[in-house]
Amino acid sequence: MAAPRASLHLVAPKWNLGTSGIRGLSSAVTPEGNQRKGRMLLQFLTDRFYDVEAIRQYLFQKQVSKVHKENRSSTGIKKQYGPYIAGAYFVLKQGGAVKFQGEEWIRSKHGYSPLQLLSFQAVPIEAVDASDCAINYEGLDNLLALKELQSLLLQRCPHVDDWCLSRLHQLANSLQELSLAGCPRISERGLACLHHLQNLRRLDISDLPAVSNPGLTQILVEEMLPRCEVLGAEWAQGLKSGPEQQSQDTASPIPA
Amino acid sequence: MFRGALWLLAGRGCVGRGLSTRSGGSTPDWTEKVSEIKKKIQSALPGGAWDPLYDTSHLPPEHSDVVIVGGGVLGLSVAYWLKRLEKPRGAIRVLVVDRDHTYSRASTGLSVGGIRQQFSLPENIQLSLFSVDFLRNINEYLAVVDDPPLDVQFNPSGYLLLASEKGAAIMENNVKVQRPDMAALPSVITMVSQEQESATDRSPSLTRDIRQEGAKVCLMSPEQLQNKFPWINTDGVALASYGLEGEGWFDPWCLLQGLRRKIQSLGVFFCQGEVTRFSTSSSRMQTSGGKEMTLKRIHEVHVKMDHSLEYQPVECALVINAAGAWSGQVAELAGIGKGPPGTLEGTKLPVEPRKRYVYFWHCPEGPGLETPFMADTSGAYFRREGLGHNYLGGCSPTEEEEPDPGNLEVDHDFFQDKVWPHLAHRVPAFQSLKVRSAWAGYYDYNTFDQNGVVGPHPLVVNMYFATGFSGHGLQQAPAVGRAVAEMVLKGQFQTIDLSSLLFSRFYLGEKVEERNII
Repeated sequence: MAAPRASLHLVAPKWNLGTSGIRGLSSAVTPEGNQRKGRMLLQFLTDRFYDVEAIRQYLFQKQVSKVHKENRSSTGIKKQYGPYIAGAYFVLKQGGAVKFQGEEWIRSKHGYSPLQLLSFQAVPIEAVDASDCAINYEGLDNLLALKELQSLLLQRCPHVDDWCLSRLHQLANSLQELSLAGCPRISERGLACLHHLQNLRRLDISDLPAVSNPGLTQILVEEMLPRCEVLGAEWAQGLKSGPEQQSQDTASPIPA
Repeated sequence: MFRGALWLLAGRGCVGRGLSTRSGGSTPDWTEKVSEIKKKIQSALPGGAWDPLYDTSHLPPEHSDVVIVGGGVLGLSVAYWLKRLEKPRGAIRVLVVDRDHTYSRASTGLSVGGIRQQFSLPENIQLSLFSVDFLRNINEYLAVVDDPPLDVQFNPSGYLLLASEKGAAIMENNVKVQRPDMAALPSVITMVSQEQESATDRSPSLTRDIRQEGAKVCLMSPEQLQNKFPWINTDGVALASYGLEGEGWFDPWCLLQGLRRKIQSLGVFFCQGEVTRFSTSSSRMQTSGGKEMTLKRIHEVHVKMDHSLEYQPVECALVINAAGAWSGQVAELAGIGKGPPGTLEGTKLPVEPRKRYVYFWHCPEGPGLETPFMADTSGAYFRREGLGHNYLGGCSPTEEEEPDPGNLEVDHDFFQDKVWPHLAHRVPAFQSLKVRSAWAGYYDYNTFDQNGVVGPHPLVVNMYFATGFSGHGLQQAPAVGRAVAEMVLKGQFQTIDLSSLLFSRFYLGEKVEERNII
């Protein structure tokens, strides 16, 4: 590769601290003093005892399989009730919200009755709000079956990454609004495969920590999707302050 | 134990003092002696590298169950899967030997890093499919406690292969193999030519049909290609196949380091050294037809240290040849190919190093973020690198123009004469570009049929091959590693059947070729 060989670098916060579970990843980014000492002790023990290492590996595997279980596809429901009910059931189970065509938003927080869902068997789903849900690559199967989906909100989803974005081309015919704000694992490489979504009119790519150059990425995405309104970083973000601003700082006298 | 250490220490102390006076130090330095004594105590305690005569920590162990010759991505992948599939845990001792720990000439680090499923051979397609799955879930496979998660920097931009009139039929057949659900659809070429004849309405009905299947590879006519990628000049293109998912490029160095880190945590030994000799023993056996064959067994591998005559004979049960471009030389050391030509003994491993150039250029007017990994009808390829309108690319030379693989010097005229004209024809924006840098790397080129060799040798019964992939080794490494580990541990291929890639095809003359579209 022409780029210098970068050492392994952190994209997401360290995983093995997972004390607060999958959704509480933010606490792991800025550890306090006590947490750090605890972590160092844990590392010390792991380096010296196979048992501790095996226990920690087991706990990590349990975390991973928990996410997989949540994203299991329910083929039985799909066969019996159709893709719309299956998709709605999946999203509501994860804690999101769905909007059927011509109906109001059904949010899992506000409670819903499964019978109410069953009445919408032939009604296509128009919008899905899966923000803050633990949806991942496999779980996206349920959403990709919704061929009339117009609006998809995936804000702050911790497991949506570049691979998931490469699957969205299946919704290219209908998708008009997409929001990816705050997803920690999405980088400009995943945004590059959004060019299939030619019907997209609103795209939100603000606050993506893994994107290396937000301003430049915004410009390139706007060029890639000319008919789409892209909300995201300001183009001037990441640029160094110009010479006028610098001289202004030096010129201002420091009050005595 | 402690008394023993004291006695050894006393004995050593005399020798130490004697040596220091002989070497010319006038008065023995007290602090130096203390540190020397401390080092000796530490090496005598359990867990240290204790050797009464001299320090042997740089040498490999004297016994190892499996010795893997070659520490590139294929060798490390085999080591990983051996450790992962072994029963019980910790049963097999694996040693990876590589002669260059900086990987300065290894094909892995110099690779462009592309991965695709667009092959014609079903085995190749399945290998790539599993490898993409592996890359996607790399942090579940290669997670190490307390280490940061890996980011292979995968760009899911897909591969775009272009075909001329000649290659269009082959490409369509290939896509039918890649996507069996498409076999029932009418031939794309007739539909495309009908569209061209009508010349009125360019309806994208074709692509819509394909999309309804949930496609991962789609065929495009020149008009559709022009619509999707306006910066392409579709002159001379009859058909294009575009991979929508699971194709793109990634950082091979990250995969290598991730594998290395994980297998070190699983207890695989690493050694920097060159394999110079195999000690073998032969036995004469009779086939069921009454013919006499000589079967060989490797007992020891001699690993020679760098810049030294020192070597360590490692007693082993199996040897895995994953030496990449130099696999042919390693196979010759085991006596493969030393026999009358035309016999099984005389069949060499037809893997040799072939030099390939990669050029890195900047083109400010070039295609944007949506650029796939494009391979032209002429064989020239390029891909985007980063966000700054930089691109990487090259071209495979014809047989007559093969450069000398003796060194890794770059021929810049090759770009001017052979690569740039094709690129500029296909992408008019590339008429003005500036080459920033270039490098060269080796293909472990299989001169027989340009596909990998996997599995044991029929005569040298404990040498297994995992080499010869001629430019697609990196993208198939995780799957090949698993296949070889299954062969070693269970005696047969279990998940992906690679029996068509065994060594015996060289003797039988059965070529397993990729039907290229060039």
